[in-house]
Amino acid sequence: MSGEALYAGVDAGSATTKAVLTDAAGAVRGSAVVPSGARLADAAARALDAALHAAGAARGDVARLVATGYGREKVPGSDRAVTEITCHARGVASVFPGARGVVDIGGQDSKAIALENGAVRRFEMNDKCAAGTGRFLEVMARTLEIPLAEFGPRALRSADPAKLSSTCTVFAESEVISLLAQDRAVEDILAGVCRAVAGRAGSLAARVRVQPPCVMTGGVALNSGVVRFLEEALGLPLELPEFPQTMGALGAALIAAETAAART
Amino acid sequence: MSTQRVPLKSYGRMKEIMTMYYMGAKMAEGTDQKLAWITSGAPVELLYAMDVIPLYPENHAAMAGASRMADALCEAAEDRGFCRDLCSYARTDLGAIFTGTSPIGGLPRPDFLLCCNNICGTVTKWYQELQRIWDVPLIFIDAPYQYGMDDEPHAVDYMTAQMEEAMEAIAAATGKPFNRDKFEEVLDLSERAAALWRQVQGLLAHRPAPMNSFDTFIHLGPIVTLRGTQICIDYYEQLLAELHERVADGIAAVPGEKHRLGWDNLAIWHKIKELSTRFGERGAALVVSTYPESFCYQAPDIYGGDRLRRFAATYIGGYINHGLEYRERDLASMVEKFHLDGFVMHSNRSCRAYSFGQYELARRLEEKHGIPTLMLEADMNDTRTWSDEQANTRIDAFLESLDARK
Repeated sequence: MSGEALYAGVDAGSATTKAVLTDAAGAVRGSAVVPSGARLADAAARALDAALHAAGAARGDVARLVATGYGREKVPGSDRAVTEITCHARGVASVFPGARGVVDIGGQDSKAIALENGAVRRFEMNDKCAAGTGRFLEVMARTLEIPLAEFGPRALRSADPAKLSSTCTVFAESEVISLLAQDRAVEDILAGVCRAVAGRAGSLAARVRVQPPCVMTGGVALNSGVVRFLEEALGLPLELPEFPQTMGALGAALIAAETAAART
Repeated sequence: MSTQRVPLKSYGRMKEIMTMYYMGAKMAEGTDQKLAWITSGAPVELLYAMDVIPLYPENHAAMAGASRMADALCEAAEDRGFCRDLCSYARTDLGAIFTGTSPIGGLPRPDFLLCCNNICGTVTKWYQELQRIWDVPLIFIDAPYQYGMDDEPHAVDYMTAQMEEAMEAIAAATGKPFNRDKFEEVLDLSERAAALWRQVQGLLAHRPAPMNSFDTFIHLGPIVTLRGTQICIDYYEQLLAELHERVADGIAAVPGEKHRLGWDNLAIWHKIKELSTRFGERGAALVVSTYPESFCYQAPDIYGGDRLRRFAATYIGGYINHGLEYRERDLASMVEKFHLDGFVMHSNRSCRAYSFGQYELARRLEEKHGIPTLMLEADMNDTRTWSDEQANTRIDAFLESLDARK
């Protein structure tokens, strides 16, 4: 145990669970990303322990823990639950102080947030549909037998992206299979999938009227193909954090540190 | 100040009144007492003037929704070929007819139908279907949509002429001449009830609000079904007195009221309790809604004492039969009168007439009036469009963003 008080943010997402630890001043001391699996509480504990290990600290060093993400109400040891909207906004505002927009594409949801002085002004989330989310990309990667890491770079090699007419993950999968049957190049199909996801997120962003500078967060920000098409759809460049997946957990940790400071 | 929620005492009386009303109607079936099915926005005074008991399929469907019976009834209608995109009130009621089930074992058979399309176009086809099913007369009042701020004189002429025709049709359906004297009396009672309901709503402008809109949705029953009767007036006098007491005693609907919100569109009947709790626990009180407000609308008194013309104008007026400019003005005046911090828009899959334009209204509320909005995508009755987790995240995030603004 190092003895220094740490502040934890745990983002219990549908696909991955993220943990970030900061010190009282908000400097990141450790972070981790683990698959969520079926047991949310276990994933939260694993993520937290991995982040503590990275920070060289122990459970007893955590002065306050804020949970976010879909599983926010079920994270063990949480002092407070805050939505991922507020946490992503907070995380982004700390890394990009002048940011006015956030587009977050996670495992099962996507959202667009308009920021004003670092606070949430408007937000929109995708509705009851996995199209336009990380899950959509995972399904397509599996269908096309392409590792997720290669998805973006290979999509960017396409000169003629395929057009996917279906906006549903399940039906788009059969559409992809039929494109394969027509001998369309895998790169074109990958680019078509990226463009479809970007189109969905782009329309959310248009609804909240995001302004530059705009930051993209969530695991899908690691896919360079989606990033490129989203920039095209929005007509503005996207800023990318070094660790886009942990922006929500970072925001949660910062909120933990701030509320602790406000109490003392 | 109490931190516990204090339930409304009048609630018991309201339940009693509504039970008596439905029992009375059920017992009247098969007797000489005439029964008519009527749309929620139709001129019920014409029926009370002729001692006809009005029955509201919409209210009946809402009861089924609140008691979580609606999905099964909707599916029964879908099995008969009614599209899932059709209004869930229509599907719920058609399902209740086909299966003979509902919270009250189905509505009693109508002697005739009274339909006014001032609430939507769906009712036109819905009531034609009811006419085919029951093989009874359908009296139809066509209310022209009002695009501008003021009621068009030609539209008022058209409505007045149709009110006269409806009187004749009701006389024919009941086999006795239309009773104009009784109609005048019923109009008096109706206007008094609407005024009381307006006063009830008005008291919610008080900080903290003595009642919230989730309660208001429930206390709508009498003004919808019994408007034009003394029972209705007595009830709202009792409720009003209780609310005055609550204001005097500082009893808040939401103890520790932090945010004051408006609500647009119908209630989400199958989630009303959970939503009330979720908003309430986070210090958010819903203090005004365009929906209950619709039942206290009265046309301005500009018809030189011609009561029938004013009556006709009242039934083309109201929020839902108007275009965007009118709706924006209504919302903006609610923001001011009720000291709102935000507006919740229930984007109701069933009710296009109501949900139309909400994104634009939300934009105007924010840009012109500085009021943030939350869009909740749902359906008043069909739970299959609902996802708890998605809705809860939106609600929580919205309230967090209001916290950040304070």
